[in-house]
Amino acid sequence: MRRRRFLTISCTTLGGVLVYSLDRKVSLLSANEKNKDKSLRIPLRFFDEGEALLAAAAASRIFPSDVSGPGAKEAGVVIYIDRQLAGPYGSDRYRYTQGPFEDAPAEFGYQGKATPREIYREGLKGLTGFDQLNAEEQDATLERIEASVFFSLLRQHTIEGMFCDPMHGGNADMVGWQLIGYPGPRLNNYDEIEKYYGQAFRPKPAGLREVSGHSVGASEDEK
Amino acid sequence: MKTLRKADVVIVGGGWTGLLMAKELGARTALSVVVLERGVPRSTDKYADDMDELDYAIRLRMMQDAAQETVTLRHDARGRAVPLRRYASFLPGSGVGGAGEHWNGQCPRNLPDFFELYSRTKEKYGVNRLPEDHAVQDWGITYDELEPYYTRTERLLGLSGKAGNLRGQKVEGGNPFEGWRSEEYPTPPTKLPYFSALFRDGAKSLGYHPYPVPAATLSQAYTNPDGISRPPCVYCGYCERFGCMIGAKAQPTSVLLPVIEKKKNVTIRKGAWVRRLVHDAAGSESRVRGVTYVDATGNEIFQPAEIVFLASWTLNNTRLLLLSGIGEPYNPGAGKGTLGRNLTHQVSFAAATAFFAKPLNRFMGSGASGMLLSDFDGDNFDHSQLSFLRGGLLEARNTGAHPIGEFGEVPHRVGSRWGSTWKKAGIEYFDRVGRIVVSGEHLAYKGNYMDLDPTYKDRCGDALLRLTLNWRENERRMAELLTEKTVEIARAMGATEVNTFPGLRNYDSRRYQSTHVQGGTILGTSPESSVVNTYGQHWQAANLFVLGGSLFPTGGGANPTPTILAMTYRTADAVAERYVKRPGPLA
Ligand SMILES: Cc1cc2nc3c(=O)[nH]c(=O)nc-3n(C[C@H](O)[C@H](O)[C@H](O)COP(=O)(O)OP(=O)(O)OC[C@H]3O[C@@H](n4cnc5c(N)ncnc54)[C@H](O)[C@@H]3O)c2cc1C
Ligand code: SF4
Repeated sequence: MRRRRFLTISCTTLGGVLVYSLDRKVSLLSANEKNKDKSLRIPLRFFDEGEALLAAAAASRIFPSDVSGPGAKEAGVVIYIDRQLAGPYGSDRYRYTQGPFEDAPAEFGYQGKATPREIYREGLKGLTGFDQLNAEEQDATLERIEASVFFSLLRQHTIEGMFCDPMHGGNADMVGWQLIGYPGPRLNNYDEIEKYYGQAFRPKPAGLREVSGHSVGASEDEK
Repeated sequence: MKTLRKADVVIVGGGWTGLLMAKELGARTALSVVVLERGVPRSTDKYADDMDELDYAIRLRMMQDAAQETVTLRHDARGRAVPLRRYASFLPGSGVGGAGEHWNGQCPRNLPDFFELYSRTKEKYGVNRLPEDHAVQDWGITYDELEPYYTRTERLLGLSGKAGNLRGQKVEGGNPFEGWRSEEYPTPPTKLPYFSALFRDGAKSLGYHPYPVPAATLSQAYTNPDGISRPPCVYCGYCERFGCMIGAKAQPTSVLLPVIEKKKNVTIRKGAWVRRLVHDAAGSESRVRGVTYVDATGNEIFQPAEIVFLASWTLNNTRLLLLSGIGEPYNPGAGKGTLGRNLTHQVSFAAATAFFAKPLNRFMGSGASGMLLSDFDGDNFDHSQLSFLRGGLLEARNTGAHPIGEFGEVPHRVGSRWGSTWKKAGIEYFDRVGRIVVSGEHLAYKGNYMDLDPTYKDRCGDALLRLTLNWRENERRMAELLTEKTVEIARAMGATEVNTFPGLRNYDSRRYQSTHVQGGTILGTSPESSVVNTYGQHWQAANLFVLGGSLFPTGGGANPTPTILAMTYRTADAVAERYVKRPGPLA
């Protein structure tokens, strides 16, 4: 069995900005003083630590943490991606993978043989040293690969990790949902749907496990 | 291969059509009915756990697994087809209830002239106005004949809506262009999301005739003629691509399964993947003897039957006949055969993506809550000076916006697709954007069809279905004009900015359009130009019936399921009342 791998994140980076936004009103709260010197060790399922740091750095440029609120870093996007790649999605369990593999125009969808896992492994090799660059250099590097399959996956997965139900490992503390005023799954909007015409109705977000009151199986945990 | 005891009836596919037929025959006859469904069991009360966008709307947990079976696609007969390695432009269902479990429930009827497209067009504009390579033909059944069956379908589902034409009388607030209906909708219209209310007001200010979407998501509690009671919809926004946990949405497990489960003569066998229909030698008097399938543990099984219904949705209805060698495959080059012809896919696109200053609370809504407009549908506007025929419905719904799929839709001027500027705009507009969608008619063409792929196989080693499909000038021009009209409405709604549809180019398999794919086993009045008669009965095998959208000779602007169910009722009547007593051709 392969040695367990961890991503170590210090709470100063992870919890450095806590942002709560209701309908475009952004307030920045300071990090929890108590936790500031602690670090988190998060077990990785697919990446090694070096890969995780590269993927996290790239996701942070796609969805940056900045004046408009928290980003990929706070939401834990890299944790989300790691789990997806380790699960059935990463190995293409549900994609048609019989050959022959032919090139076809873009309208026919991705026709490659490589699985998401393989695309990331290869793609991250090309980003060696990326996490050491400054923001402008990082953006320039990403612009160069913008047309690649790897980048389009990275962009898509960053959005998924920002806004998925927290049970998938992203959208930590529902920072993504709070940022855009999305309440998560709600069981009933009967009285509200016609009541708030033109005004923001922003109920407090809750994830599916909280709403349903029990544990719900996530696809990445399928055996 | 194991042979089972003969059943009176075998139904291939346990979705909307298969289960409706099972319910009707189960309740009205003493026939033993076996439904073979390749997917898993489902029940309405399990759906509370499915409110997860990632696993259901993005990873498509309820749909057919493409790794097991997909289709191949090419744009024209000269091209080499490649597999759709993931489903995207349409989403075939799997499991008890089929796509009916995770549908939206938008339920307009088709326009009367849609059923007589060829003769009405010829009469009004002359045949020369039909595109050169068209394959348009009349249905052989008219709206008037179908009307009672539409009404029965609407009662079954409890549709919420407002009539616009009651027995010829125009009614304010409904769709003035609709065909006559014999009665008002069973329940009043649903509540209206803000975006749809803006559309209603904007469209009215321009003199158009918006009306509430006929919805299978109930506006109020309703008990249907089978005694099935359902509660009102609560606008949770988890209809499209999800099952409804309270059964407020009419779905096969909420309106059909409870009736079927009480019938001792009906069995639903899950995990039964049908591979072939077994029939006596081909020719004009062929007879189907049953079907073979692989069960969940991989055993090959022969299920003999007196009557076989194919209810495996458009694509597999066509593919199973091709694989079984029943009927002559369509060959456009030689102009021979009928099986596989007239493939259409509703012309569906977001004509205007409109941005607003005020928030829309888009997370609230149902799969079918909203407004429609038929002023540009069918031949409701004059085409004599236009360079195309027909049109489509404009739809302003709010089906419940989910953040992964919806984040990042920003005005074109923003320019970027990632980084700080895009993120900021994405946050700003997440709840300030709505799409007005066009659902247009797709004419049938000689060159759009289905056959078996020579290269790619499914998990059992059977040839995949090959789609040869592309848009023509008629659709492109129609899309252009309808986009223009839609953008005018978006402006009248008070949109501050509008992203307009860039136009139809080649058929794009990456963009979800609709799961309204039709044709392949088309109905008609003669075996020379159709596969089945208007009852869905196969011309060459009187004990074989085909149900569903594969019967449509042309693609409609209206969502197809009400028409599909109405035709299934008509077949059920003919089988229960006539065929059972005197087996043989019904037409
Ligand atoms: C996301 C979505 C939204 C939709 N919204 C609307 C809407 O708003 N309005 C509307 O009118 N329509 C809508 N539709 C379309 C609607 O769901 C279909 O028209 C309808 O379900 C068709 O009924 P059917 O019985 O032909 O197919 P289905 O209901 O899909 O049933 C077919 C069944 O056959 C089974 N099957 C297939 N092959 C085999 C085999 N080889 N062996 C055994 N079983 C097999 C499948 O597993 C499936 O369960 C929507 C569809 C989707 C996917
Ligand atoms: S929106 Fe209504 S019909 Fe749709 S799933 Fe929710 S409660 Fe059911």
